[in-house]
Formats: sequence, structure tokens, C-alpha cells
Amino acid sequence: MTQLDFQTLLPLTILTVWACVLLIVDLFIPKNRKGITAVLAALGLAVTLSFTILQIGRENSGYSGMVVLDGFSTFVNALILVSGLLGIALAYGYVKRMGLERGEYYTLLLFSVVGMMLMAQAADLIVVFIALELLSIPLYVLAAFSRTSAESEEAGIKYFLLGAFATGFVVYGTALVFGATGTTSLVGIVGSASNGTSSLLLTIGAALILVGFGFKVAAVPFHMWTPDVYQGAPTSVTAFMAAGAKIAGFAALLRVFATAFPTLATDLTDILWALSAVTMILGNVVAISQTNIKRMLAYSSIAHAGYILMAFVPYGNKDIMPISIAAGLFYLVSYVFTNFGAWGVVIALEKSEGKGLEIGDYAGLGRKYPALAAAMTVFMLSLIGLPPTLGLVGKFYLFRAVIAGGYTGLAIIGVVTSLVSAYYYLRVVVTMYMKDGEPTTEREPMLDFTTAFTAIVTVVVSLVPQWLFLLASNAVLKLF
Amino acid sequence: MNEWLYVLLFIVVGLIIPVGAIGVAWIISPKKPNPIKSETYECGIETVGDSWVQFKAQYYIFALVFLVFDVEAVFLFPWAVKLGQLGLYAVIEGIIFILILVAGLVYTWRKGMLEWA
Amino acid sequence: MTVDLILFLILALVSVSTALGMLLSRNTVYSALFLVLNFVTVAVFYLLLGAPFIAMAQVTVYAGAIMVLFLFVIMLLGTEVLPASNILPWQKPLAGGLAAVLAVEAIYLLLVRARSVAQVTSPDVAINSMDNLREMGKVLFSTYLLPFEVTSILLLVAMVGAIVLTKKEKA
Repeated sequence: MTQLDFQTLLPLTILTVWACVLLIVDLFIPKNRKGITAVLAALGLAVTLSFTILQIGRENSGYSGMVVLDGFSTFVNALILVSGLLGIALAYGYVKRMGLERGEYYTLLLFSVVGMMLMAQAADLIVVFIALELLSIPLYVLAAFSRTSAESEEAGIKYFLLGAFATGFVVYGTALVFGATGTTSLVGIVGSASNGTSSLLLTIGAALILVGFGFKVAAVPFHMWTPDVYQGAPTSVTAFMAAGAKIAGFAALLRVFATAFPTLATDLTDILWALSAVTMILGNVVAISQTNIKRMLAYSSIAHAGYILMAFVPYGNKDIMPISIAAGLFYLVSYVFTNFGAWGVVIALEKSEGKGLEIGDYAGLGRKYPALAAAMTVFMLSLIGLPPTLGLVGKFYLFRAVIAGGYTGLAIIGVVTSLVSAYYYLRVVVTMYMKDGEPTTEREPMLDFTTAFTAIVTVVVSLVPQWLFLLASNAVLKLF
Repeated sequence: MNEWLYVLLFIVVGLIIPVGAIGVAWIISPKKPNPIKSETYECGIETVGDSWVQFKAQYYIFALVFLVFDVEAVFLFPWAVKLGQLGLYAVIEGIIFILILVAGLVYTWRKGMLEWA
Repeated sequence: MTVDLILFLILALVSVSTALGMLLSRNTVYSALFLVLNFVTVAVFYLLLGAPFIAMAQVTVYAGAIMVLFLFVIMLLGTEVLPASNILPWQKPLAGGLAAVLAVEAIYLLLVRARSVAQVTSPDVAINSMDNLREMGKVLFSTYLLPFEVTSILLLVAMVGAIVLTKKEKA
């Protein structure tokens, strides 16, 4: 191992060591003071984040080409670390209130973040597979973390079985790709593929990998687990899962497809087009009939997977691809902040035993807790894509890139489904302000802070979005 | 295939010893059975019911921890064989690998999962 | 070559019959034990193919640890003997149909493609078994060092996860 190898994975190594040490340290923290573990875990993420930021501008590959460090990985890693921090902030009071407070919650979350970061840096299908497992296994456990609740156990087992199935697809795809090209290295694959070796096998392998990642990011038709898992898992886990797994899944999808399979673009673009369209339509249409807020947000998360998938459709078109991927990254950022904020409001209203999760329970919120209702309004507007929020800017960049790539039809589907989605998102807003009710909320400083912070980011960044888009554009610059 | 002869020899010897011991005992022992002698436990309590009973879920964790360390052992096998040529660097890598799993062992231990109760 | 062929045929017979035994046995413990035998025959197949390390891993991990897990689960659930009635009536015809497809595929491969398959040679795998293992050690500690180390983290996480999910909370 050279110093260069070490440099490549420096933040990830720090976080791994931190998580292992925290696992042991936590054993000696008294049961009623697990808040210390949460603070230590957050501190680890913050330290890692600062080292990640120090890495901006660095580019090299390490460990015999198994991992790379570039602008893209740095950008995605920073986003993942921020989601980890937001995930801990949401969980801090929630797990205590729900009687789930155990130190492992935070350690497992850290390990999951390690997996996601490794995914963003993976340059070999073997590493992609191991990172996928490393990010998923803690999530399976976290989904089942509330062991007294049958729904949570069901969510855990469902997520585990379908997740294992999805991983199987990725492994099988990897095996076929290896069979076709004789290598698992992403750079090696494209080198071999351009030599014109048997490409049917390669195409099938790539398609299987796409199916596996489709499961992970909850794209239709591989979304069946999403509503049940999102509903059953403890809400703070759902928030982290929705954001983190999506970022890592899309990062890997992008890295694998842009680096290894550009030659398959003609075969795969149509498939991606259809996946994206179906995901947007089904996610938004089914969300209309939901009365449970967790289920509604689950379908909304499916729909957003469809929007992000849009960014991949022009893939293979060298001129459009950088703009479109930058737009995808921007959309991911906007989704992460909006997502954590919306789930934060859900957590504030949730009572024990799954009470307080119906949309009807939000009646009267606008009068009784104007600040919380205002924050929720911001998140709902952002999810629809209305001003003055990040959601609007994200959708604008996305649709612009897709239209520039010549896929106007897809952009129209995107706009129409966004209009459809306004119906169910605005229903929450209408319930909050127009209906009478006596909602009670939990006031927890960390939770209030998270909700306020994400709401402010959602609004303020949308007013000056250019720098963020520039950052995203620079991140993907060297990828092609 | 030459070195596999050792394995074959090992299997053959491994078979001969127990089979031989039991066989000799069977040949030279006197055979005068009576009902009390044929009981499973000659000087204990007679077993009741089936021996296939439902286990406590806790035992499952033993099997799981065993599986983890089993996989670790498999990974360390090529490491051990190649250690001489790989040098200090590989020793350190191997030790890191083991240390990470020792953390798991400490965790398991401290959580009281290794207690047979 | 003929010795290998005879050995292969015997092993194939054993592995197919143990697989059938596993499927047809109504007692889940017997099924599990048939599966052990099946795993061992597969391990010998690996040996015949010149991959002793995989064979060893197959015996220790699958025939050893995984089977212990299987037996624990069977014992835990207390469902050693399955009910005689068939729960899924469509299962048998479906399985039969799929098996027929697989058989046709195998026959096709054997009859039509046998010649091209036979010429596939392993590129630079040392047939000598100890060399093979050493080669593996070398690759594992140079090219595949990172996945190797991350695997230990993965094992750690799996262990922690299992304990989190099974440990009884002290009241």
C-alpha cells in the first residue's frame, strides 16, 4: 500500500476506524446515556466531511485501480456525509422517544455511510458489489430496529429478502460482464468492449446490473418493497434510507454505466427512458390514493427516483451527458434536503405505536404551529417543484438537459406527472391550513433545528442556485 | 496429482483406526445382552420423548458467530500459505483483518452473547 | 482422463441422488443432511477442476457453517417433519416444466456445442494445487487487497446486525 492508495481513501478510512472504535466504546457507555454515542458518531461524520472537503481538486486512483478519487466521488461523498449527519440529527430525539435508543443504531448508520462512500469511489465491479453489501446490511438491520413492532420486523425481512435478491442480480450481471470481457475493472471493461468482443453477453450483464440498482433506488418495476419498508421502518431510518441509498445507488449507476458501458448506450437508452417514464407515472399516480403520510412519501420517493433516472437517459451522448449528470446531481442535493425536512416534520407529529401518521392528523397544524406548518409547506412545494424552492430549480435543470438531449417526450411526461403530484402534496398543505384539528407535536431541539435548517437551505439555495450547479458541473467534468 | 496421495493416505489411515478399534472390540467382546444393559443410559434417567425439540433462539447466534469466524479462517488460509513471500506488509494487512474481527468478538462477548444461558 | 471420467460419473450420480433425496425427503433434518452430502460432492468437483481452495471453502463454509445454521433454523422452528399435503399445487408442474427446459438446454449444449466448449482452457491458472493456493494469496494481497479488507468490515457488520436483532433486551 502506497501513500497514494491511502490518500485515495483517506476520509473513508477515517470513518471506518471511527466506526469500529465507536462500536467498542459504545459498550462502555451506560444504557441511559446513548446520546453520547450519537454525538460521537456525528463528530466522526463531521471530521470525515472536513477531510472530504480538503480532498476537493485531488484526482487519483488507488489500490490497484480498485477505487478512484475524483471530483464526482468527492461531491457525492460530501452529500452522503451530510445525509448521515442529518440522519443522526433526526434520530437523536426520535429513538429515545420511541424506546429504540441503542448505541448500535449510530454505529450501523456509520457503517452504512462507509458503504455508500465506497460505492461512490468504486472503480471495479467487485468493489461495487462489496460496497453494495456494506451499505445494505446495516440498512436491513436498521429497518427492523424497532423489534417490538411487527411492522418494523416485516419491513426488515422484506427489505432483506428483496435486497439480497437485487444483490444477486448485480453479482450475476458482474459474472456475465466478466465472462464477456475477462475483467471486472470498469476501465478494463470499456477497453475490452471497444475491441468488439461478444457484446450480447455484455449487454445482458449490464442489464442485470441495472435491474439490481433499480431495486436499490426503488425504480418501477422494482419498487414493490418500497411502501411497506418505508412505512414499517422507524421513521428516522426511513429518512436516511430514502436519501442515502438513493445517492449511493445513483452514484454507482452513473459510475458503472458512464465508465464501463458507454458502448451499450444504443441498447440501454431506450430501456432507461422507459424505466424513468414508468417510475414517474406510477409513483405519482399511486401516491394520490395514499392516506398515510409515510406511504405517500414512499411513493413520492419512487417518483423522484424516476426524475433522477431522467438524467441518465441522454447517456452516451457526449455533449449532453455532462450537463445532464450535473443536473442529476443537483436534483439529488435538492431531494436530500427536502426529503430530510419532510421526514423531520413527520417525526415531529408521530406518536408511539404508529399514531399521528395519517394525513388527517395534520389538520390544524397551520394555526397551532405556524413555523412547522410553514416548513412543511416549503418541503411540499419543493417536492412538487414550485417556487421558491430547490425542487423547482432541480427540475428546471433536469428538464432543460433532457430536452437538449432530444427527449422532449420524457420532459413532457415529467412536467405532467409533476402537475399530478401537486394534487397529493397540496392536500397536505390544505389539511394543515384549512381544516380544524388539535395536533400535538414533539418539541425536540435537534429536530427543530434540522427541520428549520433544511427548510432554509431549500429556500435560500434556490434563490442563488448557480454556484451549486457549477459545483456539480465541475464534479462531473473529468468523468467523461 | 502426486501430493493428493497424502490426502488419500490420510483418509485411509483415518478410517482404519476407528474401524479397526471398533471391529476388534466387536470381535473379542462377550455378547450376553439383557434389557438393562441395552438401555441408552445404564445408570441414568431414561430419556422421554423426541430428542428433536425446539431450540432457544439464542443458540442461533452461536452458529452465526461461528459462521463469521469460519469465513475469516477461509480468507486467512491463502494468507498463511503465502506469508513467507509477501513480507511485512502482508503481515500488517492480515493483522488488520484479524483485528477488525476481534472487535466483533469483543462486541459479542461484552454483549453477553457467548454465555450459555 | 478415463479415471477422471469414471470418477466424475460416480460423483455426478451421488450428487444428483443426494439432491433428489434432499428435495423428496419429508423430514427437514434428513433434507439438510442430504444437502451436506451434496455440498461435499460439489467440493470434490472443484477438486477435479483444479481449484482446491474453492473446494476447501465449500467444505468449511457451506458443508460446515451454513449447514449448522440450517439445522439451527430447523430446530428453532420445530418443523422437522413437513405435512404430507402439498401447499402449492402448481409448484410441481412448474418445476417439472423448468427442469425439462434446463434438460433440453443441457442436451443441446452437449450435442451441438461440445466441441467449442471443450477447447476452453484456463488461461493462467496453476493446475498444481498448492501453487494455485499461493497464487490466490498473492492476488488477494496485491490486486484484491481492498475488497479483502472491506470483507472483514462486512463480516463485522453482519455479526453486529445479527446480535442487534436477536439479543433480548434486559428489562
